[in-house]
Amino acid sequence: MTLLAVEDLAIDLPRGRAVDGVSFTLNPGEVLALIGESGAGKSLTGAAIVGLLPAAARVGAGRILLDGERIDDLEEEDWEELRGKRISAVFQDPAAALNPLQRIGAQLAETLDAHHPLTEKVRRERVGDWLAAVGLPRERVRAYPHELSGGMRQRVALALALCPGPELLVADEPTTALDAPLRGQMAALLRHLAGRQRTAVLLISHDVQTVATAADRVMVMYAGRIVEAGTTAEVLRAPAHPYTEALLAGLPGLGPRRARLPAISGTMPLPGARLQGCAFHPRCPLVAARCRKETPELTPGAPACFFPRQPPHQSAVGARPLAAHG
Amino acid sequence: MRRWGLGWGTLIAAGMLAVAVLAVATAPLYAPQDPFNLASLRLLDSLDPPSFLHGGVKKFPLGTDAQGRDLLSAILYGARLSFMVGGLAVVLAAVVGVPIGLAAGYAGGALDAVLMRLADAQLAIPSMLVALLADGVARSVLRRSLLEAASVPILVIAIGLARWPHFARVVRGVAQLEGGKDYIAAARLAGISWFDAALDHVLPNVIGPVLVMFALTLGFAVMDEATLSFLGVGLPPTRPSLGTLIRLGNDYLLSGEWWVVVFPALALAIPVLAANLLGDTIRDRLDPRGHGRQIAQGRA
Amino acid sequence: MILRLILLRLAQAVPVLLVVAALAFALGKFAGDPLTAALGPDATAAQRQAAAAELGLNASLPERYLRFVVRVAEGDFGFSTRLGAPVGQVIAERLPATLELAGVAFLVSLVIGIGGGAYTAVRRRARSTRLLMVGSLLGVSLPPFLTGTLLILLFAATLRLLPSFGRGEVVDVGGWTTGLLTAGGWRALVLPVTTLAIFQSSLLLRLVRAGVITAMASEYVRFARARGLSHGVVVRHALVNALVPVVAAASVQLGMLVAFSVVTETVFQWPGVGQLLVQSVAAADVPVIAAYLVLVALLFVAINLAADLLCLAIDPRLRGVRRGTAGLDAAGAGA
Repeated sequence: MTLLAVEDLAIDLPRGRAVDGVSFTLNPGEVLALIGESGAGKSLTGAAIVGLLPAAARVGAGRILLDGERIDDLEEEDWEELRGKRISAVFQDPAAALNPLQRIGAQLAETLDAHHPLTEKVRRERVGDWLAAVGLPRERVRAYPHELSGGMRQRVALALALCPGPELLVADEPTTALDAPLRGQMAALLRHLAGRQRTAVLLISHDVQTVATAADRVMVMYAGRIVEAGTTAEVLRAPAHPYTEALLAGLPGLGPRRARLPAISGTMPLPGARLQGCAFHPRCPLVAARCRKETPELTPGAPACFFPRQPPHQSAVGARPLAAHG
Repeated sequence: MRRWGLGWGTLIAAGMLAVAVLAVATAPLYAPQDPFNLASLRLLDSLDPPSFLHGGVKKFPLGTDAQGRDLLSAILYGARLSFMVGGLAVVLAAVVGVPIGLAAGYAGGALDAVLMRLADAQLAIPSMLVALLADGVARSVLRRSLLEAASVPILVIAIGLARWPHFARVVRGVAQLEGGKDYIAAARLAGISWFDAALDHVLPNVIGPVLVMFALTLGFAVMDEATLSFLGVGLPPTRPSLGTLIRLGNDYLLSGEWWVVVFPALALAIPVLAANLLGDTIRDRLDPRGHGRQIAQGRA
Repeated sequence: MILRLILLRLAQAVPVLLVVAALAFALGKFAGDPLTAALGPDATAAQRQAAAAELGLNASLPERYLRFVVRVAEGDFGFSTRLGAPVGQVIAERLPATLELAGVAFLVSLVIGIGGGAYTAVRRRARSTRLLMVGSLLGVSLPPFLTGTLLILLFAATLRLLPSFGRGEVVDVGGWTTGLLTAGGWRALVLPVTTLAIFQSSLLLRLVRAGVITAMASEYVRFARARGLSHGVVVRHALVNALVPVVAAASVQLGMLVAFSVVTETVFQWPGVGQLLVQSVAAADVPVIAAYLVLVALLFVAINLAADLLCLAIDPRLRGVRRGTAGLDAAGAGA
């Protein structure tokens, strides 16, 4: 049974449409990564799923369904019922995400309390358990956020987001603020904890190492649209869309060592800069006349491109997983 | 105008202020009477109501006060006095504060610490209180007979002394910033003296903030003068400013001659409100993220 | 940590206080006649000589300054010929009036300012919010002596509802004269407190509002909402966080309260220490002015210290080792 279904989601900013025609599904316990450069619309998509779009943004079209029920048109009070219990989120900046005036144990206790009324004793135990689960010593329960390192703070944030036991976690750039060596650890922790609770994760990131470690499937986003999707292995090792190929080639650590990392010339169009044809065509090394006129569509197993670099994936997984779970 | 995003409120405020300043500056040309010329006053005229009310005369459009002074003239001349006192006080504050700030910021070290400790200590106390105390000290030191004649200098000194730390702080900040910059070090290395480097490089950068401080402080200085005069330790009844007029008029609040208080009060309140509105807008404009403006408009 | 901070602040304050004391001492020495101040104008030459010896007027300057400081520390501020009483005593007699006025006004401002600030920050489009914002702009812009005068005009002169001067009936409770126990006393408090509170609460309201809006837009609020904390809990946290810069600004507020109560006491002829100050300045009553120089300096040192301690109590980030005052300046700069 699909946990989350996003159908033709469009999100509008005052400048223009920032997310367009985004569709994907997520099964319980799956980790689905959404990668792309800044401004592609990843964070907006994640925010829409939690109901925390910025004031200027609006859902322009499409639907978001949680367990078959629409959540894109809920009132704030209904959202309060959902958040934490069923959908949770963790954000990028660990330094700013925790209340600086409250001890971390208290923040954990408060979050637990908001969803499951517990006795004092049980709550204290749970708080300790969660600290241990994210790899922090139990004595730190009385620490203030500013007394912890960035990595430790992000672990606390992860614990806070997961302790209510949500079915779905939106993780928006959870490792970006951390130093490179810590990212792999955090990604592994995320995958482990989510798996332990069968929490599905929508992992938004532009760090490929994180995605490679934690994700089952990957979607690539460009200028508000999904241009490629597939299993992690498929997308990262054999990218089919020219943008994905260029994106991965420009990252250190992946693929053969190069003397100079190639950069993609030009910039991604901003919302409102409507282009005819494929949004990537001004920067694409394979651009042809057709690309300037028609917009390619994403299909299961094949990217949104008229000249894919790979033949269609056999698994035809794409943005929607195999219907094995019914 | 629309390009700068100036709303109607700002324009009206700026317009009112401009009119007020102009009216006050040209007052001697058209005021019905010279209220400071005691010889021209007649007690018979005292407490006449405004011309548009029953019992008023056209000669005194806003009525007269207890001394027989035409209220319109008194307001105009009083405002002139307030501006003069305020302006001189700000000049004094700048003359004292700027060199101190320069010395502290440029020299640094112990001198900076001592001077800024002093400035901070005084800044902790509201300037009106400082001015009041300074006024008291001045009055204690002078001979009684001189007090009334010296009221303007006393006020200027009191208010000026109350405001020097603001100038010193601003200038010190800029001087520190500029003095630490590489081009100063380069100039010094090239053999240019400490003093010349200061003059050529630090000073020009200081002038901008000082001018802004000047404009801001002028408003506060005028308010301080009005407050001190209202309290009775500012300008005397023979050469009254708006604050003095309000104080004198207070005695007649309960007996029905309301114009003696209300018109000077309005003459003070409206420009102050306009200046505040303007100041608010200027502050919002200078706010780089536009955050302040959005907060003020209730959006953010 | 906290002890170190208190000691540091006190150590910094002492030189300032000594300088002010020197100023007061110089004033007393050059501007007044201490013998007349102590004995009255009718003393004989012999009495004056005896007093001179007793007062130590023949001693060296530093010695006299030291004695002055010691006397001040004991509360002896000399004698005022104009008032015909020891300065310290007169001030002490008038203190209750000022403290009651300022105290009630401060409490009222706190309630309106913090409550109103939080309300207007959360309910941004409500009509009442718009009203409060306009009102607070007016309240901040008008100088207190104007609002006081206007209030008298409206409520005392025209409507004849409330008294325009004095404290009304006061009751002596163990040396403290209070107006809080009588209806007349409360009626007399209304206009002066309103005058004071209008400015204070307007300023506080705008400060708190800006702080809460900023706090509500912060990441930890977003995260708190994301993990399902209720709106009420979230607003409470935002409010507490918003208060940190507000407390730093509140010490400035308290200072302004002191200054404005001087004006308000004059407008309403309230028999407090503020009115005494104004009268003494007008009359150039030297011993009183000298006393006020020292007292005002002391008061503001105390206010600053209290504000710093309060900041420390609220914000754990400031309690770090080796912070000294740097952290507090940062908290203050946030205001």
